[in-house]
Amino acid sequence: MAIAFDRDRGMAMLSLMVRSRLFEQKVEALFSSHEMHGTTHLAIGQEAVHAGVSPALDPDDWIVTTHRCHGHTLAKGSSVEAMLAEFFGLSNGLAKGLGGSMHLLDLEHHNAGSSAVVGSGVALATGMALQLKRMDSPNLVVAFFGDGASNRGVVHESMNMASIWGLPVLFLCEHNLYGMSSCADEMVSVDSIAKRGVAYGIESRSVDGNDIEVVYAAVQDAAAYMHKEGKPYLLETKTYRFSGHSKNDQRVYRTREEERVWSRKDPIKILRDRMVSRGHLTEEQFKRLEFQEQTVLDEIAEHLIKQRHELTLDEAYSYMYADGGSR
Amino acid sequence: MRKLSYREAIREAMVEEMARDEQVVVIGEDVGCYGGCFKVTPGLIERFGTRQVIETPVSEEGLVGVAVGAAMMGMRPIVEIMYGDFSTLAADPIINHAAKMSFMTAGQVSVPMVYRTPMGSGTGAAAQHTQSLEVLFTNVPGLKVVYAATPADAKGLLKAAVRDPGPVIFLEHKLYGTEDIVPEGEYTIPIGQADIKRQGTDVTIVTYGKTVFTALEAAQILEDDEVSVELVDLRSLRPLDTATILASARKTGRVVVVHEAPGFGGFAGEVIAQIVEDPVTFAALRAPVARVCGKELSTPFNKTLEMQLPPSPHAIVDAVLALFPSAV
Repeated sequence: MAIAFDRDRGMAMLSLMVRSRLFEQKVEALFSSHEMHGTTHLAIGQEAVHAGVSPALDPDDWIVTTHRCHGHTLAKGSSVEAMLAEFFGLSNGLAKGLGGSMHLLDLEHHNAGSSAVVGSGVALATGMALQLKRMDSPNLVVAFFGDGASNRGVVHESMNMASIWGLPVLFLCEHNLYGMSSCADEMVSVDSIAKRGVAYGIESRSVDGNDIEVVYAAVQDAAAYMHKEGKPYLLETKTYRFSGHSKNDQRVYRTREEERVWSRKDPIKILRDRMVSRGHLTEEQFKRLEFQEQTVLDEIAEHLIKQRHELTLDEAYSYMYADGGSR
Repeated sequence: MRKLSYREAIREAMVEEMARDEQVVVIGEDVGCYGGCFKVTPGLIERFGTRQVIETPVSEEGLVGVAVGAAMMGMRPIVEIMYGDFSTLAADPIINHAAKMSFMTAGQVSVPMVYRTPMGSGTGAAAQHTQSLEVLFTNVPGLKVVYAATPADAKGLLKAAVRDPGPVIFLEHKLYGTEDIVPEGEYTIPIGQADIKRQGTDVTIVTYGKTVFTALEAAQILEDDEVSVELVDLRSLRPLDTATILASARKTGRVVVVHEAPGFGGFAGEVIAQIVEDPVTFAALRAPVARVCGKELSTPFNKTLEMQLPPSPHAIVDAVLALFPSAV
């Protein structure tokens, strides 16, 4: 069941989704203009899953995210400046420029980071949950993964272990229909990945991932179930990646018509329209919100683009081993 | 002076570390009441319970990934994988995750995990349970790799591995019943220090793991030929105690590197490179550096064939004598 956000909650969630969208568009532009190097994986269109998960949970709950981690990281509370600095490879980035866009972490905000090996982070999240349970922590770990990762053996192994040990893992499947170029219709044996929970004795549910009020409520329900039963949970959120897989993706594997159909389900538009109809927001206020978020983002990017604080090779070596040794 | 078997020494190290720190947890398949595939863990679950001994399903990749995640949160897991060959299944959490965690997070997260697994042939277990796969790990910066031969070294190195803040690959040979003197009381052996198992003057044999014993046999035979062997047991492959290798090589001027893994692309190549790249040591060499390694063969089941796979004492003797043309 969805819940209806009050005005304050709605504004907070809308702001977060807009920030996530504009952040990713900014990143896309900076990559296109070669001001950022390497690669990046955008999740434009999936903002309801980003904003609808961590804010619905205890701030001390942990997340382990994926190579497509920008929105999750923002939603957990990381600063735009520290994130963008990481994208620029700067030493004031979240990982001092050693991780880049696929390896954002922020321990202060209980974001344990992301594995860029599709699906592998699910095992790490399961291990974190094992240790939380051993230490009698009341907190849970969200293991984000996509429809592509749902076919990794280690995801299945992890679900089995989480189930037999009763671990506090919220398996959060962000089903965006495509694993790189391959469509889930052809790659996933079931029409809903939530069905796979049955095989592991894990309670599961599939919800509309483009409606943040639905996602938010489903996440809270899942957490309540997990706390009460002492068991893991599998929540599938069905959404759509408006952006390509990574930069330079011309999206030859799907039709523009399909994209048009999904664009009518833009998660930001859904919440915006709903808030307007509830009298919680005017078009003018929304435009101002977008303008404010864009202005802040542009200022931060402009400031960072001139910076050159990079680690030296010796400093990079010092992180190879936890004891500081380099060989 | 008391004697312990290799398996008892490893077990004693685990017991001491588990008693010292409740975050030290043994994780693996059949490590509970069964006592592990090679009977290294009997008694642990009875003493420490399921809070410190965690039995897992047959899920090597998953269980090592779980250990990595738990280590990120403060556990100090000792993972047991029953055969080193199954490291291929656990390669992703070890190589892509544990090895890189400190680096990718700029030191914010570490993975204090020990990965215990036995390597090597001689058990009649055929080609998928007998490989020596240490080079899977030695070419990965971020991992430490140790391989103790004796019970005393195994105990001290394992205790050091448990206390290391990062991931340590702890390789074992399968001569688990081999008994030798193990000091009483608390001690650790620093990772990265080779040990001279036998002093000598004419030739240096560099090896590690099970072939330390093969090389000791060869040294005994060579004594009859009046060739004095210095045996360097590396104990630690990464970090490598290059100083000890070079010092011995300069002293004797002749080096034979021995291991059970196939020679092609094997660790002996790294040891030899360290020797010949050092100008002073290279200048001190009186013969080409040789290596005696396992056959370039998958391990045969047939016992007669299997026994011919690893370096034999006589193959080592022949390789050493070949460095003394006038003496042959």
